[in-house]
Amino acid sequence: MAFILDKVSYRYSEGTAYEMTALDQVSLQIQDGEFIGVIGHTGSGKSTLIQHLNGLLKATEGAIYFNGQDIYDKDYDLRDLRTQVGMVFQYPEHQLFEETVFKDVCFGPKNQGLPEKDVTLRAYEALRSVGLPDKYFDVSPFELSGGQKRRAAIAGVLAMKPSVLILDEPTAGLDPRGRDEILDLIAEMHVHYGNTVILVSHSMEDVAKYVDRIIVMDHGHVMFDDVPREVFHHYRELEEIGLAAPQVTYLMHEMQERGLDVNCDATTVDEARDAILQWIGNQR
Amino acid sequence: MGIIEAKNLVHEYIIRDEEGNVESIQTALDHMDLKVEPGQFIAVLGHNGSGKSTFAKHINALLTPTEGTLIVDGMDASDEDNTYAIRQTAGMVFQNPDNQIIASVVQEDVGFGPENIGVPTDEIWERVERSLKSVGMWKYREHSPNKLSGGQKQRVAIAGVMAMEPKCIILDEPTAMLDPDGRKEVLAAVHTLNREKGVTIILITHYMEEVVDADYVYVMDQGKVVMEGNPRGIFSQVDTLQEHRLDVPQITLLAHELQRAGLPLADGILTREELIDALERIVKGR
Repeated sequence: MAFILDKVSYRYSEGTAYEMTALDQVSLQIQDGEFIGVIGHTGSGKSTLIQHLNGLLKATEGAIYFNGQDIYDKDYDLRDLRTQVGMVFQYPEHQLFEETVFKDVCFGPKNQGLPEKDVTLRAYEALRSVGLPDKYFDVSPFELSGGQKRRAAIAGVLAMKPSVLILDEPTAGLDPRGRDEILDLIAEMHVHYGNTVILVSHSMEDVAKYVDRIIVMDHGHVMFDDVPREVFHHYRELEEIGLAAPQVTYLMHEMQERGLDVNCDATTVDEARDAILQWIGNQR
Repeated sequence: MGIIEAKNLVHEYIIRDEEGNVESIQTALDHMDLKVEPGQFIAVLGHNGSGKSTFAKHINALLTPTEGTLIVDGMDASDEDNTYAIRQTAGMVFQNPDNQIIASVVQEDVGFGPENIGVPTDEIWERVERSLKSVGMWKYREHSPNKLSGGQKQRVAIAGVMAMEPKCIILDEPTAMLDPDGRKEVLAAVHTLNREKGVTIILITHYMEEVVDADYVYVMDQGKVVMEGNPRGIFSQVDTLQEHRLDVPQITLLAHELQRAGLPLADGILTREELIDALERIVKGR
């Protein structure tokens, strides 16, 4: 079990006139090796939630256990938690700072206190896995294109070999191909290493395509927590809280409303295609 | 006559080393041609680094052409004497709303632009009211921008541009940082301005769904216009778009996949309704 959250609440500016409850009695379990999507409108508490998972924010109430240990125990080593739970923030390329791409990727593992040889190996491995060609290793990160910078920044987190990888909108501002490349990369690594991945996203289409489980946040509560098919069945409730379902899910429901007896479970283009072909086949 | 006309437009970024010697030259716009008629809603697509933001910055004279000409509402953008007039004609909205809002109260932020160009006080307030109403943010006029959502902030930024009474607004990925609701709000506000106030809109975006309602679409790659046409024409070319690192709306992609699986569907289906109608016809035709 990677994480257990037991009635976690978080209040900003507690005791002042600006007090605001960002998380309200959230209880969750996250198993090792899951690929989870977190969705919610701006201000729903999803960023607050993920910042608790690597100890950047401390719950006002409640407990968090990571691999069976209470992370708020006074003997618990938060440094250890942070090396195991890697976080890729929004616009991670803004955090690049070293003279060369390679040095930048080395920064994390070096900080973990690894011997230099291991640091170098890990940096190579991470840069290879994000598909950045060797010729860019010794150039300044600032000379890279937007998509390349983002790969370099993600490599910096991967080099620490986190067992849990949290990504906060990793594709914002990327063109469609760049978006697919980054998400395909994350999905491939998930299959390859079996790490736990938590993806925060505003794109319902991306979440539907990649994750196994969706957590929907609203007003600091978990509103839905289920497989994509079940969550997107609630598209009307999702709309009420500023979200939506993938376009194809709307299509299937509209077909049914028009009396066309098609299976409404589809949340991706491939699933919708198969459902429509099956429906057409049944008309014979 | 077009409100924006680019002819053989070239822009080169010159990269210099520490001593100021030219290290390399990067061509961001490579003999680009484009013409926008007044009142049109134009979408510009292109992958990261295709030159679309460089082009956008020419329209309000943040950058000037290296070669070729750009005419904005009859004014030559290469002539420095026109810079201020061009900036009043063409306003710009950027990706991150937090970088564009400066005042601590919404209505003061919107009034900042007209105040700067010496508009009389009474008229400033009239413009602030009109602009905020046009984007549906009038009831938030006394709020602090910090407390607004991303979509609301972006609409305040658009109102700030509207208060300058531009003929044309360029929006450079205005929804990239917003949630689905915020994206919808901003798009609806921009369409209203276009329809009701006749403002020419140039929308740069990576979201294909936002392009469906545009009058005309330009696709850029390597500093050139590589495709142009109405949304239906552009989105019928799924494979060509993918070669340019782009995409089509999800419904168009689904129709394309169904077509490949053998269903007799037309190219460039854009909306859910169109697709359902077409599927119904297929079944009834049997």
